[in-house]
Amino acid sequence: MHKTLILFSSLLFATQAVAVPSEQDVLNHYADIAHATYQDSLNTAKALAQSIDTLIAGPTEKNLAAARAAWKQARVPYQQSEAFRFGNPIVDDWEGKVNSWPLDEGLIDYVAASYGGSSDENPYYTANVIANRKLTISGRSIDTSHIDKKLLAGTLQELDGIESNVATGYHAIEFLLWGQDLNGTGPGAGNRPASDYNPKNCSWGNCDRRADYLKSAIGLLVDDLEWMTRQWAGDGAARQALLNNPQQGIAVILTGMGSLSYGEMAGERMKLGLMLHDPEEEQDCFSDNTHNSHYYDALGIRNVYTGRYTRVDGRQLSGPSVSDLLVAKNSIVDKQLRTRLDDTLAKMQVLVDSAEKQGIAYDQLIAEGNLEGNAKVMAAVQALLTQTRAIEKAVNTLNLTPISFEGSDSLDAPGKVLR
Amino acid sequence: MKISQVLTAALCLLVNPATQGSNAITRPTTDFSRAEAHEQMPGGATSHKKKINRDAYSQPSANMSFERELDFKVGNGFFKRVWVSAPSSTQAADGLGPLFNSRACQHCHIKDGRGHPPNGHEDSAESMFLRLSIPPQNEAQRQALRKHLRKVIAEPTYGTQLQDFAIQGHKAEGRMQIDYEPVKVRLGDGEVISLRKPMYSIQALGYGPLHPDTMISPRVAPQMIGLGLLEAIDESDILALADIDDANGDGISGKPNKVWSDAQQKVMLGRFGWKAGAPSVDEQSQAAFAGDIGISVPLHPDGAGECSEREVKCKQAPNGNSPQYDNLEAHKVVTDLVAFYSRNLSVPQRRDLDNPEVLHGKQLFYQNGCIACHTPKFVTRTLPDRPEQSNQLIWPYTDLLLHDMGEGLADHRPEGEANGREWRTAPLWGIGLTPVVNGHSNYLHDGRARNLLEAILWHGGEAQKSRDAVREMSAADRAALLHFIESL
Repeated sequence: MHKTLILFSSLLFATQAVAVPSEQDVLNHYADIAHATYQDSLNTAKALAQSIDTLIAGPTEKNLAAARAAWKQARVPYQQSEAFRFGNPIVDDWEGKVNSWPLDEGLIDYVAASYGGSSDENPYYTANVIANRKLTISGRSIDTSHIDKKLLAGTLQELDGIESNVATGYHAIEFLLWGQDLNGTGPGAGNRPASDYNPKNCSWGNCDRRADYLKSAIGLLVDDLEWMTRQWAGDGAARQALLNNPQQGIAVILTGMGSLSYGEMAGERMKLGLMLHDPEEEQDCFSDNTHNSHYYDALGIRNVYTGRYTRVDGRQLSGPSVSDLLVAKNSIVDKQLRTRLDDTLAKMQVLVDSAEKQGIAYDQLIAEGNLEGNAKVMAAVQALLTQTRAIEKAVNTLNLTPISFEGSDSLDAPGKVLR
Repeated sequence: MKISQVLTAALCLLVNPATQGSNAITRPTTDFSRAEAHEQMPGGATSHKKKINRDAYSQPSANMSFERELDFKVGNGFFKRVWVSAPSSTQAADGLGPLFNSRACQHCHIKDGRGHPPNGHEDSAESMFLRLSIPPQNEAQRQALRKHLRKVIAEPTYGTQLQDFAIQGHKAEGRMQIDYEPVKVRLGDGEVISLRKPMYSIQALGYGPLHPDTMISPRVAPQMIGLGLLEAIDESDILALADIDDANGDGISGKPNKVWSDAQQKVMLGRFGWKAGAPSVDEQSQAAFAGDIGISVPLHPDGAGECSEREVKCKQAPNGNSPQYDNLEAHKVVTDLVAFYSRNLSVPQRRDLDNPEVLHGKQLFYQNGCIACHTPKFVTRTLPDRPEQSNQLIWPYTDLLLHDMGEGLADHRPEGEANGREWRTAPLWGIGLTPVVNGHSNYLHDGRARNLLEAILWHGGEAQKSRDAVREMSAADRAALLHFIESL
């Protein structure tokens, strides 16, 4: 009895020695991470824009390779920012403009006949924006003589009544830098030649217009990222929205983590591809960069939980986090969640190693018949599912107002969730 | 809890004849002093208790296991998928159109909710389209209709719906235009309500003139909650409510629709759609893939979607049929997931059901004849592969039968057994959340009613008496009635 009392008091003392942050503190630091992540995304997008300028001025394979590398670099912070989705309406309403997938390739540029249904010579393959100064869509004649930001963000986006976002964003740029991946489940990514941008020796025609499209798309991306970065600044609307309702704000952080883990990643981005065994059913399908996209998504989820973010220049941000709130309530639940987050990253690392070290990219892993590859992807899916349960426990532990995450149990039935 | 419900239901069936009305569990209440047992959960155990917001119609059945929920999410992924034109390297996402009404299921079934008419002539009709057909032109067509092999005869060029969008290089079929004229209704207490009567025309026909006898019927996208539960109602329970010739002389003559099932290769009861033209959730959604998005599916394998032979360019365009997907654009794996998703959209729990005004409104609803068609409750049957929907006491407020709704609402376009004045009783569960989910309150098959009162005032034909009773109600009673309907 005596021993237990001493143990208990020292534990109490230990807990009290570390002040529990307020919800405002946690939200401010979360917003700081959001600001830093989007700012990094903006800066890497600007670097990408520069490399694109260089490519267009000098359409060599070397410059194309550099632009591709810059695109991959730009994905590193952006994918980490996906943790801010599914709860921050400002992000959710904006996200389609920058990361929509799939892309309507045939609307943008030339596409391979091998993907077409009929083998006849087909004039319709050239009904795309780059090849035509005028395009009939739904019976309306669209003036595509000038390819600029206005055409892409206005006319094309609203083509079918509702904003379709099938022709802008990271993946439109990716498509223009790599071209279609014609390798199926074999190795290799898209391989568009640099001469697609060389007006003096244009491989596929309309090099100047292709350059205009590429420039317009990256221009829009930079504008969009600039806007989003401002929303998370000290007086930014996204930050203020959270601070106005702090308890709800904490719920937003966990909703983002849970929805991204479960419905979006485990479900739509990974299990769906495994069910279809379609090689291009992957986020970064032209560049074969999906393993990195998934890895950085998972990292972003961990960032917002732990309050730690490593910027592209190596600086580390750390501060009050949801983890601190959870430790104060039930440190075991916190520990479990941290373990799950780390485990998911480890399973994503397996996919990264497969692509980067063994030369077996994501589209090969999900191929029909590749049992070992499928299993690796499935292991990552499983880790995300287990992670989701741990996030639910965290929500319950913090007694947050009932929220719905995309695809998980009601918080009104905690008995159902806590196993 | 569930087991005792089943036992009670079974007991009642033993004691009473197996007609819907006499079953103790499903007999409409006569006690309006308080809410009934389980009335809180209109979808039984599938009803969710999550926060009421824009996502209120998008939750999975609350009794679904965590493992199955992932499939629900994958199904949702396909439901949200924005399809792209063929050819594309994303072979599981291409094959849009060439003619279509929408690029994605979600674009019409916005937040799994209700569509609405466009705001003015310049606005596009995102969540609404026109159905087309012609009267039978020969004996073979008359036979096909009589035998229920076909429910309509397609317009020869434009098919059974007007596609108002097309992929690059193609013309759309045409554009719907709506003009409204006011119809004034004086309520008993003197208030005048101005209803809007729509007139439909088609502009900018892309492929030549329409057949001179073309019939058109406007359709907004209906709400998608509770579909799996409606599918799980025993057919005999629905048929028991039918009274085609009004044998009991109560003025109500509910009629079941009978339609050809492509999947079962036989005539079946129609349950889904504004005129109950689809026998199952799966067939409804496969038909929608093909007709609304131009995506080929197992039951409709033509890569060109709903193009007729006269739409030559459309027929000849590349499509997204892929050999690894059974030579389809969306194969069975995809359509099964979408059907699973569609079946499991949860009906939210009731709000305010103990409120005295709501209870008063309930009494008015029940005692003014509304429940003659808006049947309050059913117990679903056991479906071994659908545990979520099995053996649930549900409160859809529909009999799923066709009723003559009068000249005002008539589209003069028959569909299967439904004539030009008949419509399926719409389920009322969740209806009050339309403003929260979809930001509007447009009701009826073409969204002409701008609120629930207007919707009631449009009720004619078999519903004329009940509608007139509402018209004569005091303002307070009317408010109570509306409050009740909004709480469902």
